Amino acid sequence: MQTFDLEAEGLRALNSSLHALKGATNMTAWEVINPKGAHAIAAGVDAPVDITVRGSTGYYCAGMNKQATIRIKGSAGPGVAENMMSGTVIIDGDASQYAGATGRGGLLVIKGNASSRCGISMKGIDIVVHGNIGHMSCFMAQSGTMVVLGDAGDALGDSLYEARLFVRGSVKSLGADCIEKEMRPEHLALLADLLKRGEADGKARPEEFKRYGSARKLYNFNIDNAEAY
Amino acid sequence: MSDFPHTPPKQSWTFSNDVNAEIRRAAATGIYDIRGGGSKRRLPHFDDLLFLGASISRYPLEGYREKCATDVWLGTRFAKNPIHLDIPVTIAGMSFGALSGPAKEALGRGASAAGTSTTTGDGGMTEEERGHSKTLVYQYLPSRYGMNPDDLRRCDAIEVVVGQGAKPGGGGMLLGQKISDRVANMRNLPKGIDQRSACRHPDWTGPDDLEIKILELREITNWEKPIYIKIGGARPYYDTALAVKAGADVVVLDGMQGGTAATQDVFIENVGMPILACIPQAVKALQDLGMHRKVQLIVSGGIRSGADVAKAMALGADAVAIGTAALIALGDNDPALEAEYNKLGTTAGAYDDWHEGKDPAGITTQDPALFSRFDPVLGGRRLKNYLKVMTLEAQTIARACGKNHLHNLEPEDLCALTIEGAAMAGVPLAGTNWIPGRNGF
Repeated sequence: MQTFDLEAEGLRALNSSLHALKGATNMTAWEVINPKGAHAIAAGVDAPVDITVRGSTGYYCAGMNKQATIRIKGSAGPGVAENMMSGTVIIDGDASQYAGATGRGGLLVIKGNASSRCGISMKGIDIVVHGNIGHMSCFMAQSGTMVVLGDAGDALGDSLYEARLFVRGSVKSLGADCIEKEMRPEHLALLADLLKRGEADGKARPEEFKRYGSARKLYNFNIDNAEAY
Repeated sequence: MSDFPHTPPKQSWTFSNDVNAEIRRAAATGIYDIRGGGSKRRLPHFDDLLFLGASISRYPLEGYREKCATDVWLGTRFAKNPIHLDIPVTIAGMSFGALSGPAKEALGRGASAAGTSTTTGDGGMTEEERGHSKTLVYQYLPSRYGMNPDDLRRCDAIEVVVGQGAKPGGGGMLLGQKISDRVANMRNLPKGIDQRSACRHPDWTGPDDLEIKILELREITNWEKPIYIKIGGARPYYDTALAVKAGADVVVLDGMQGGTAATQDVFIENVGMPILACIPQAVKALQDLGMHRKVQLIVSGGIRSGADVAKAMALGADAVAIGTAALIALGDNDPALEAEYNKLGTTAGAYDDWHEGKDPAGITTQDPALFSRFDPVLGGRRLKNYLKVMTLEAQTIARACGKNHLHNLEPEDLCALTIEGAAMAGVPLAGTNWIPGRNGF
């Protein structure tokens, strides 16, 4: 285990060290202490390493992550795991707005609640939220899967493309072109897998969720749908 | 029949034939007009300015003997690897999707041969463009289509796009006709849908967030890449100041003549300001902050000739960017294709339905039958020639004003032909000492 004191050594030194791991490395486990809400912690990592951040983080922790498993032993500021490509990010606490924004791959697990715009414009990432998600989550979400064990706020999935949304609790309102859809066996299997990988398999069963997706009515402009634009 | 003479038919200025035609089109279709390009209005522009040239009090340089340098450094504020270009005319961001792959290749070829940069667009980075561009600026857009850290690291500069002159406050649009398999794959979208790009970035709001976003981009790229911030011509003084505050190395300022691949005509013609009105405001902001020439300013929107380049630089820009003019150099709207433009219900010079993907020049299309007509090698050569001519023209003017570098041009070298031009550019009306708006007049 390599321990890095962020307060003492600074952000640039941390990220330089982590970026230098690209390719073969023997240092498979890193621990970052004294994060104290710093921004861009472990942003742009591209190596199959385990990084544990002991404390809460500021903006864009694990931004654009590739391959790494990053655990945040606290809460995460805005844009955690934004545009993640692959790997896993697990947050013990809550996540601020834009969690997993535009993520293209990998798995983001939020064990607390997520604020507004969680999964905005997601492009292939899988997100599992143990608690609730805020308003405008999954806005313009293109692909990937969102699993919410709690409730969803207003305008879930507004202007949704092909992302799959599963919510166990209530949905305050659905956004434009987002509808409830039939839950089929393949969706239950997908959910079971994500609940397990998202460390939530003991907390919920796939049968308890409802599925939401795009009605695909706004895919091509139609004057009869003008009120939705 | 009356013996009195009839009043001759008189068309309304307010309800002109063009206006009436648009009313009828709207009534028939129920949808606003969508088109490409920039504003087609007659706007105050660089044509409203003139250079004074040398005189007894100003010493000219010999046109073919004395050097007039044209190079420019971009990104000297924070980036470890600032960009050095031979000429101050860059190629503006235009997406693969809006443009064909061969057209993007031609832009890279032409820009590289002329010693300047080209820029990606709202569709990610293509191999054609990266492979043929010596210096490639990678746009970071609200949609984040195609965004990935590998491309971020293999570009030469990053341009965070906040706004665009054709549509400040608006997002992008690429209609289903142009969402081919390749475009759909790059954008993670179903084929054939109307793609809407967001108007705001998904993970930051306001200048304080932007500062942190730029920190993240710098961290991911080891602080090597210059970071540009592109703004539309909305509130250039404040937007420039905020871009500097957020940590920009370069501000890119785009006026309403700047083109778009597709958006509503009402947006293009009624939102934003002409570039002439924007440049002095942006320069003032940089000067007030003590950052003029430290944070470089690139301006775009209706740049057509070396005279426009020289005027923009005399007003304080460090470089310019061209989009529409570059497409015309490649062959867009060429009268040689008139018969085919006629079949599309238009005429050469007026063709702007780029979103329909039927461009007979093979430039603004994803139809293989059309884009295979376009020769990227020839297109690149034409663009290089055009860029060289613009540079020679700008040098000609600069020497006539006694300048041994294009950057030495200054507002004092200019006068204006119109009161509007004088007020916007902040230079005297020709033959007077009057700068409207200055000193209370």
